[in-house]
Amino acid sequence: MSESTIAAISTGPIAAGIAVIRISGEESIKIADRIFVSYKGKTVKSMQGYSCAYGYIKDEKEEKTDDVILTLFKAPNSYTGEDVVEISCHGGVYITKKILEIILSNGAKLALPGEFTKRAFLNNKMDLTKSEAVIDLINASSEKSARFAKNMYSGKLYQKIKVIINEISDLCSHLEAWADYPDEDIETINKEQLKDRLSDIENMLFELIKNYDNGKIIKDGINTTIIGKANVGKSTLMNWLAGFERSIVTDIPGTTRDTVEESIVIDDIRLNIADTAGIRDSEDVVEQIGVKRALEKLTQADLVLALFDHSLPLSKKDYDVIKSIKDIGNTPVIAIINKTDLNKELDCDFIENNFDKVVYISAQRETGFEDFKKALFSVFDLSFAENADFIMLNERQKQAVINSYRNVENAAETLEMDLTFDAVTVCLEEAVSELLELTGERVSDVIVDRIFSRFCVGK
Amino acid sequence: MKFFVDSYDIAVIGAGHAGIEAALAGARLGCKTVIFTINMDSVGNCPCNPSIGGTAKGHLVREIDALGGEMGKTADEALLQMKMLNRGKGPAVHSLRAQIDRRQYSDIMKLKLEKQENLDLKQAEIVELERENDLWKVTARTGSYYLVKTVIIATGTYLGGKVFIGDLAYESGPDGTFPSKFLADSLKKLNIELRRFKTGTPARVMRSSINFENLTRQDGEDPVIPFSYDTPKGSLTNKVSCYISHTNKKTKEVIMENISRSPLYSGNIEGVGPRYCPSIEDKYVRFSEKESHQLFIEPCGLNTEEMYLQGMSSSLPEDVQIKFYKTIPGLENCMIMRPAYAIEYFCVDPLQLKASLEFKSLPGLYGAGQFNGSSGYEEAAAQGLIAGINAALKVKGKDEFILDRASSYIGTLIDDLVTKGVADPYRMMTSRSEYRLYLRQDNADTRLTELGYKAGLVTQRRYKAYLEKQKQKEQEYKRLKQTVISPNQKVNEILLSCNTTPIKSGIRLIELMKRPQLGYEVLKEVDLTRPELDNNVMEQIEIEIKYEGYIKKQLAKIKEMRRLENKFIPKDIDYSKMNGISLEAREKLDKIRPLSIGQASRISGVSPADISILMINLSYSKESQKDE
Repeated sequence: MSESTIAAISTGPIAAGIAVIRISGEESIKIADRIFVSYKGKTVKSMQGYSCAYGYIKDEKEEKTDDVILTLFKAPNSYTGEDVVEISCHGGVYITKKILEIILSNGAKLALPGEFTKRAFLNNKMDLTKSEAVIDLINASSEKSARFAKNMYSGKLYQKIKVIINEISDLCSHLEAWADYPDEDIETINKEQLKDRLSDIENMLFELIKNYDNGKIIKDGINTTIIGKANVGKSTLMNWLAGFERSIVTDIPGTTRDTVEESIVIDDIRLNIADTAGIRDSEDVVEQIGVKRALEKLTQADLVLALFDHSLPLSKKDYDVIKSIKDIGNTPVIAIINKTDLNKELDCDFIENNFDKVVYISAQRETGFEDFKKALFSVFDLSFAENADFIMLNERQKQAVINSYRNVENAAETLEMDLTFDAVTVCLEEAVSELLELTGERVSDVIVDRIFSRFCVGK
Repeated sequence: MKFFVDSYDIAVIGAGHAGIEAALAGARLGCKTVIFTINMDSVGNCPCNPSIGGTAKGHLVREIDALGGEMGKTADEALLQMKMLNRGKGPAVHSLRAQIDRRQYSDIMKLKLEKQENLDLKQAEIVELERENDLWKVTARTGSYYLVKTVIIATGTYLGGKVFIGDLAYESGPDGTFPSKFLADSLKKLNIELRRFKTGTPARVMRSSINFENLTRQDGEDPVIPFSYDTPKGSLTNKVSCYISHTNKKTKEVIMENISRSPLYSGNIEGVGPRYCPSIEDKYVRFSEKESHQLFIEPCGLNTEEMYLQGMSSSLPEDVQIKFYKTIPGLENCMIMRPAYAIEYFCVDPLQLKASLEFKSLPGLYGAGQFNGSSGYEEAAAQGLIAGINAALKVKGKDEFILDRASSYIGTLIDDLVTKGVADPYRMMTSRSEYRLYLRQDNADTRLTELGYKAGLVTQRRYKAYLEKQKQKEQEYKRLKQTVISPNQKVNEILLSCNTTPIKSGIRLIELMKRPQLGYEVLKEVDLTRPELDNNVMEQIEIEIKYEGYIKKQLAKIKEMRRLENKFIPKDIDYSKMNGISLEAREKLDKIRPLSIGQASRISGVSPADISILMINLSYSKESQKDE
């Protein structure tokens, strides 16, 4: 199968010291020779696999864009199994993009998301489950996610799923042997027993699904919304957490016009923070849209940081904030009282009475960070992260487990309705087949084999 | 000296359960057909056990009948006892099983073959099969030869048959017949891959030597539900009883002391035996913790004293058999008339076949029955029917007749054989079907009559009766939806007695029927507008209403399955050039050459990942075709 040559920035569009652009495909060496000038005068074509060259990338006007190191991987000994050229340049979004454009204008196509991995997969470089782990490895921005992704890679999820598959298959094969071999004295499963076993299986699957949510937090981060009246210091807080200016920080209320998102990592936990426009009566239409969006954000959040001003008495806007938080229900909230460097005018007791977790900080002076961290960790009991020996990997797998769960639930309902065991068995088979999708086996073969190995049946 | 005798459209080698259906189907579809049997007195023989049907097998018999086959009718005619198995376990696993008079069954079948128009029945051992231009040359041991357009091989356990009784082994067909000695070599010359399978049967003992006093008696079910849709209602009766006994510690001791004398454990038998049909010694070895195994004592016919011991097949020496059978309650003084034996035979790897049961590399040559790696009379008959229909269609230059998995157990059986192949003799089980709440024995006619009629095997008369029944069903559904049952004392008494909530306002009859506790029988007294209904119509409606949700789910799955089944793979596809597919999958795909993505996805060793890549590749090649 001949395919086009593809290229992409493989380090992601983040400002960093060094960025890597990867080219893969039959034409990658040719393209590299068109744009790369080696200081030693050698061509990429003449290079060995697994070797580097120092040089620069020239643009369409033959001018130097940036000094780079070029690494060559020759097929099939590369990530994708094709000829791969990796160009390491000096970070910077502009330069990196510029080099990519040059590569593209010389005949490469922009890689689709996951296309390198897909090619690796198509060229027998990895199987589907490994590709999924790799994709997540790439996406994992914090250490803990990376560790979990690695666990996945060595198949811990599959071991766990295997246990459940075995359990359901055992039950199925018993029910089926009982039906298929009426002449053999195969023990009848009584309804109560069956009910108990179904509920055990339900629990096991539910654990997996629950773990997915925890795992999702580790992998995707905690969606955090900062809420507070205008000018309470939301942007300052966010910038303080993020370490650099992302929102426009000013003293004029309403300068944060839209929700702004930033990802920050605190001790391995990633917070995806949306800085919302302040809650204020505004005649400014644009501002109003911002407020509306902020409230939308609030309903989607895993965590809400409610910000109050230490230096001002509670206002109607603060009550609005408290009310809107109460309205959204069970989402964990940390109340943060900012500006402790200024005199106390706020009714702190009222806040303490309304929120379980209250933290005092001064974003301006950068104090209270440890308290904030403590509160964060107490809200998200992430101790499971240390002990968990598996994690759900992705949406596809989660869906399979949920479908399986639904089918077991269905089996239990069937039993409850006093319908016959054949209908229960059909539901259970569906449940196994959903899980077997993940391991690549097939339901009928598995159960038939099991009937023969477990039951003594014959003519 | 070789001499030409006649020309035929179809030649069937073997007149067992597969051969019979194949020959009848071919002849009925208007093809000049000949069927060869090695022994004229062994046509339609039942050497394995005296029963037809059983779990999933009963489904097959019903399906054969719906398509216009003969097995169900003959089983009804030779009936000794009928039972619906698995009552209470659910409609998906309800199956009819008949005890039959084996001699009578054989005689009826032979007569049917003799009387069939377009069909010649001949005693001959076929020794050679050769290609001659566009025809097949079929040569018998006497030197006679026939030129035919198509050939169906249905050799059962005769092909290279070898019987084992302990350390004794000799070439033989089943029940002391001649084996087919020379045909296997001829098939090898055609590059057909052969393998050895084995099966076995228990001893037959003399009825008068059995003490029935302490045995559990098992009678048939009244009234008898026949297999065939053609058998008149109320025309059948149960004629015999069966009996249950159990093996014990002593049986186990005798067997384990002599286990080294079993050819299975000494290594003399090379053939692979069926997993589901272990001999009694197999059971004791594999499940060593179990001391007691159940067995059934069944009559072989009305005009014989021979009794069959179901569950007790063995290949131990006769002296050991005499000892261990006598340890069983009721059999203490039993006299063995025929010893148990194992039989080894040649069969093919069914992956060499298409779903029409024609050899991929040998146009016009078909396989059916045990020859294809299956086991069981019903499995054989089902394949025979399909092979016969397809041979006839080939003669007429028409498209193949293929049943998919969602249509029937027959389709499932053949798909399993030709897609997954077999490691041991294949037996049908309900657990082999993923659509078993839809593929029921009660609706076999609904699923298949139309197809059988189109194929030309279902008679006008039968087809009309089928349409009537469908109409009755439709009208009854309408009535159930329209009829409202008002709350009154009588209704609510019935509801309460069935442990279901009484009604306070009027309720449609169909809603009441949805309750698992209720049905036609219990509602009889309050369902005043009910017309005279066919039993099978009531059965189908009740199941369809109660299991509606599940059946709908299965129908949705079937739709999805058929979508993949209709994604055809180009015949000339080159798997060797397909990157990304595992080596194992590539080899399997190349060997099996599936017709569709659906079939490809069922091949063992082909993972879902391989299928995704196959689909990607197919869409790439489609795109490149578009570009051109």
